Amino acid sequence: MFISILTSPWPWYIAGLLIGLMVPLLLLLGNRHFGISSNLRHICAACLPGKIPFFSYNWKKESWNLFFAGGIVIGGLIASALLADKEPSSSIHPQLAAEMAGYGVTYAHAPLPAELFNWPALFTLKGFLLMIAGGFLVGFGTRYAGGCTSGHAIMGLSTLQWPSLVATCCFMAGGFVMANLVLPLILHL
Amino acid sequence: MSLPSNTDFEVDSPDISEVTNTTAKKAPWWRQLQYLAAGIIFGIILIKSEVVSWFRIQEMFRLQSFHMYGVIGSAVFTGIISVMIIKKTGAKTFYGEPITFQSRAFNKGQIFGGLLFGFGWALTGACPGPLFAQIGAGFTVTLATLVSAILGTWVYGLLRDKLPH
Repeated sequence: MFISILTSPWPWYIAGLLIGLMVPLLLLLGNRHFGISSNLRHICAACLPGKIPFFSYNWKKESWNLFFAGGIVIGGLIASALLADKEPSSSIHPQLAAEMAGYGVTYAHAPLPAELFNWPALFTLKGFLLMIAGGFLVGFGTRYAGGCTSGHAIMGLSTLQWPSLVATCCFMAGGFVMANLVLPLILHL
Repeated sequence: MSLPSNTDFEVDSPDISEVTNTTAKKAPWWRQLQYLAAGIIFGIILIKSEVVSWFRIQEMFRLQSFHMYGVIGSAVFTGIISVMIIKKTGAKTFYGEPITFQSRAFNKGQIFGGLLFGFGWALTGACPGPLFAQIGAGFTVTLATLVSAILGTWVYGLLRDKLPH
């Protein structure tokens, strides 16, 4: 019974409740503020050369966050290896399915469409834009904004910080523009 | 132009002044394992709720599904209530340390950076948390996306003084 709950997709209210509880959990564990994108900064501070002031800080004091990120990798492994949906039944909106069919992309119950996200595709213009340019914008944008979906949208809004609301609205606005106006052009490549 | 001392609110040590984080200094090493455990739980949630799905992100930005709005909305609701309780009761950490909050100042980076982040989110279908979860779930190509995101962060650090804040 318990396992059968674990091995089917979770509804939004369960997921939202559990993600929201990460905020008090990290606070109670050690006054830590939920936010994942700073890990990208810590990795720069730890691994990349150059005397850039922005990366000259004691990243070891923030290493709890690297443990947290490492946990997410392990959690992803556990969820996909042990708790995978027994009979995948999730579907996507028919309109999205039709649009994607036009690009030769089908929904196969996986987080990423294998047609678009694979190693050889990295060396095509389409794959480069989706993964490399997309990743670059995620890393550049999140640090410029001072946080990501977890740091601003969850933690910032939980503490009622209006600058985080501004950032969250801009995340959404950027996503709407990209998904509806630019992404179709890229997927046609 | 001088920048505000701290535009990055996820990092405890501000950019310029060196503030000692007492919790981190005195804490024994095994407390790091708690964050590892919390990360494992978070990773499982991200996969099981399909928050890491490129398709769910596309549905969100096309207003075709309530799922992501429901997840983020109920997470924020839970977070607000939790923080209110912690503030009201003056709760401390499990180890008796005080719990502190910092207020965030507005700067233009939240607009420009926010928009750029949104572009990247719609392209990759992943924000930083899901990047780590996808790699764990076996999508090794997401490593390339992650490396590129790290590079993006580095270039931001390089250009920071020249960007409008």
